[in-house]
Amino acid sequence: MFETGATGRVGYFLGLITVLIALWLGLSWDYSLKPVIASLGAVSIFLSAVLAYRFDILDREGSPYGRLFQLMAYWVWLMVEIFKANWVVIKACLRSTLDINPALVKVKTGCESDLARTVFANSITLTPGTVSVEIEGDKILVHALFEEEAGPGAFDEMDRRAREASDGRRKP
Amino acid sequence: MTEILDLWHAFRPALGSALLLVGAVLAVIGTIGVLRFPDFYTRLHAASVTDTAAATLAIVGMALLAPSLAVVVKLAVVWLFLFLTGPTSSHALANAAHTAGLQPMIGRLGEDDGGGE
Repeated sequence: MFETGATGRVGYFLGLITVLIALWLGLSWDYSLKPVIASLGAVSIFLSAVLAYRFDILDREGSPYGRLFQLMAYWVWLMVEIFKANWVVIKACLRSTLDINPALVKVKTGCESDLARTVFANSITLTPGTVSVEIEGDKILVHALFEEEAGPGAFDEMDRRAREASDGRRKP
Repeated sequence: MTEILDLWHAFRPALGSALLLVGAVLAVIGTIGVLRFPDFYTRLHAASVTDTAAATLAIVGMALLAPSLAVVVKLAVVWLFLFLTGPTSSHALANAAHTAGLQPMIGRLGEDDGGGE
């Protein structure tokens, strides 16, 4: 289903190197052109890449930059959801009489790859009012502050978007 | 065009300060929630307000007050790592509590149930 051959590995390696260089340039900024510091940066980037290769984490989870644009688009959607959910929890925090309805619900996910499941479970946790407690197979145990916020179908759109952002659209 | 830029530079510090203030207020609200909610799991939800909205607004406010683009890039990286590691630690806490057998309080809870164990 996913690239696993030699070309795939090279792609993950190049993606990791590119992101490490961009991170290093972004963090060191105007020192980046002095030769001594630049060579230290080059050595550290090389060492990080070698370590990633030795740890055998150069796969589509360790270097998911091939889907960068889809994941960023998903991130934008998620930020809107996070702020909407924040509002609900803020109101619950400040209500003069405590009025919450916590519940444990099982959410079935259509995400198949580990990357998509991680993105989905982390999105649930990031959204205030819901925390993913445990993952068993394709079911995620979610604790919610309000049962009505976590009713059937409440996570369907997030599930679909996380899956499409991480794994691409499912072929019909 | 320059007028718009001038206006932006005039409003930038005020906007940044306002966002920082809102972020700080949200952090206080999250703290109030942590103190008021009855059990571990519900308190985790209140803390996530501080994790997400308060942190985001504070970082955007700091970026608006930043003297150079280098600082903005560093703040962006801080924000990114905060959003990648925050849910991981929340999940680790919740999972550890669940594995240890801590039962969450379920069902509608009113004022009588509040104020801690």
